[in-house]
Amino acid sequence: MKIFNVKKEIIENKKVSSNCYRMTFESKEIACRVKPGQFLHIKCSDTYDPLLRRPISVHSIENNVIGILYKVIGRGTGLLSKKTSGDTIDVIGPLGNGFDYQLVSNCQLPILVGGGIGIAPLYFLAQRLVERGSNITVLIGADTKYNILCVDELKKLDCKVKVSTDDGSAGISGTVVDLLKNELIPANSKFKIQNAKFKIFTCGPVPMLKQVNQLASKYNVSSQVSLERQMACGVGACMGCSIKIRNPKSEIRKNKMFDYKQVCKDGPVFDIKEIAWEEM
Amino acid sequence: MKSPVMTASGTFGYGLEYSQLIDVKKFGAIVTKTITLEPRIGNPQPRIVEVTGGMLNSIGLENPGAKVFIEEKLPKLKGYGVPIIANISGSREAEFVKLADLLKDIGLSGLELNISCPNVGYAGLFAQDADTTYKLVRKVRKVTSLPLIVKLTPNVTDITLIARAAEDGGANAISLINTLIGMSIDIQTKRPKLANVVGGLSGPAVKPVALRMVYEVSKKVRIPVIGMGGIMTSDDAIEFLLAGASAVAIGTANFVNPNTCCEIIEGIKRYMKNNKFSNILDIVGRINE
Ligand SMILES: Cc1cc2nc3c(=O)[nH]c(=O)nc-3n(C[C@H](O)[C@H](O)[C@H](O)COP(=O)(O)OP(=O)(O)OC[C@H]3O[C@@H](n4cnc5c(N)ncnc54)[C@H](O)[C@@H]3O)c2cc1C
Ligand SMILES: Cc1cc2nc3c(=O)[nH]c(=O)nc-3n(C[C@H](O)[C@H](O)[C@H](O)COP(=O)(O)O)c2cc1C
Ligand code: FES
Repeated sequence: MKIFNVKKEIIENKKVSSNCYRMTFESKEIACRVKPGQFLHIKCSDTYDPLLRRPISVHSIENNVIGILYKVIGRGTGLLSKKTSGDTIDVIGPLGNGFDYQLVSNCQLPILVGGGIGIAPLYFLAQRLVERGSNITVLIGADTKYNILCVDELKKLDCKVKVSTDDGSAGISGTVVDLLKNELIPANSKFKIQNAKFKIFTCGPVPMLKQVNQLASKYNVSSQVSLERQMACGVGACMGCSIKIRNPKSEIRKNKMFDYKQVCKDGPVFDIKEIAWEEM
Repeated sequence: MKSPVMTASGTFGYGLEYSQLIDVKKFGAIVTKTITLEPRIGNPQPRIVEVTGGMLNSIGLENPGAKVFIEEKLPKLKGYGVPIIANISGSREAEFVKLADLLKDIGLSGLELNISCPNVGYAGLFAQDADTTYKLVRKVRKVTSLPLIVKLTPNVTDITLIARAAEDGGANAISLINTLIGMSIDIQTKRPKLANVVGGLSGPAVKPVALRMVYEVSKKVRIPVIGMGGIMTSDDAIEFLLAGASAVAIGTANFVNPNTCCEIIEGIKRYMKNNKFSNILDIVGRINE
């Protein structure tokens, strides 16, 4: 697929929670090609500090306007948050593969499970699933109520939204994995086979994803996961972002169980069963 | 070569990864990621860390091996009509020789011997000793008539001695520099940021060191020197040419701006025009002292 390197004017860059921002800019070339789960490689500074680009998922597409939702972590995202409308931003994309949402059949129920900023790519996925007429449940987890993102926007899309917070300040007190358990258990207790009707799409911190994996395999629910890794090139050239993928038939010597794949090129979205979670 | 600008090994994959984004046809050559005889899985994660003015990597030569390179990567690469230089490495002399033999009649424009990777314990050793460098290059020389570029490590006391040894062994060119060994620590966890503890430093931070080494080596050898290390702009590239490099290679800059090679090619042309130089040799080594 064609990749573009564009320099665009920022339309808006707005604080949306205690440490997250939403930025929008117009790019027809990227907007008309990008799939949910794909990401952009963004230059956060005009100098060499920081040197490398930062991978950020596409959060929303509205006509040709691209939205990103990002959490301020360090220097790169800190500088990004200081940009204002009218400033330019240097973006490469669309990169990576996306969620295979087109395979969701009409009788399947997508469950979107987002931990923290992990909700960022899932909103775009929800937009596309809604267009296809899916009945979506979105589970959102955060540390406190101030950091729960996208609830109103998702409700506007007619998604069923459930929330959990670590401190119990909103929704259930617990984690997003507890929410997921509640979704899966009732169905399972009655008709085990019913779980074939679910499809999980998830993004969040690795410990959370590991638990989602356990649930998904316990209830045999097909699941896709979006992963993060430090990246340099973003296109599969540097081998910086490799992760271990299960492959009992691997030809790589001395380590017969695994192959490597690149998160930037082969991911960031993977089938949850592919990942060697014990190695993460 | 159409231009004196090529890619640095390991930063441009097998040339295919960036092809949807930029016009690689203008490049002087594409130097591939290091290939070893057998596939290699590389080092544990995390493998890259950003530092001020550069990055550390400990990739550990992850690559699909010679067979996949020859059968899958190379045929596609050849489609660009750009000279392809395969960068090779091995844990023993015999592996280098076998690889060089395997790669000799398949349409490559040259071989770059990576005897200087800091991330795989062994291969650094070759280029840290003049005698082993000489012996290795001589053995490879015997099995191939392809142009041989020997890539050296800056992690030595006197780089000129190693460069001379490579020349004596039959190298057609020297490339300088591979990464400098460095490290970075997370002060909260008190752990090294790279899983491998140490890694190779590249990017703008290494440029003065690379430039100095190109300057020293180009005065001591008769064969061309390919300069690399922190080149981000055409001004940087011209500095290397003035210091004595006949060509330059672009590494880390590709990650920051994938169009760097093309911009540098244009920039060098502009510099030549502005200074009324008609030949690249009007710049090479023409530092005023
Ligand atoms: C495919 C992908 C999509 C992403 N999408 C989003 C998103 O939509 N919204 C969002 O807020 N964040 C997203 N991230 C995480 C985001 O890239 C990091 O938070 C960001 O790079 C931190 O940079 P910094 O300079 O602020 O932090 P620093 O701590 O200064 O970063 C230092 C280095 O670590 C890297 N790094 C740090 N944290 C991460 C991380 N979690 N993942 C990858 N690299 C990291 C940086 O790229 C940089 O090289 C995504 C990551 C990936 C891989
Ligand atoms: C991520 C990364 C991977 C590299 N892999 C290789 C490699 O496989 N073989 C090799 O000879 N050099 C490798 N290098 C070294 C570069 O080719 C180059 O010598 C070095 O990075 C200095 O140039 P730069 O500062 O322009 O990047 C690698 C460098 C980086 C940053
Ligand atoms: S970031 Fe370079 S291979 Fe993935």
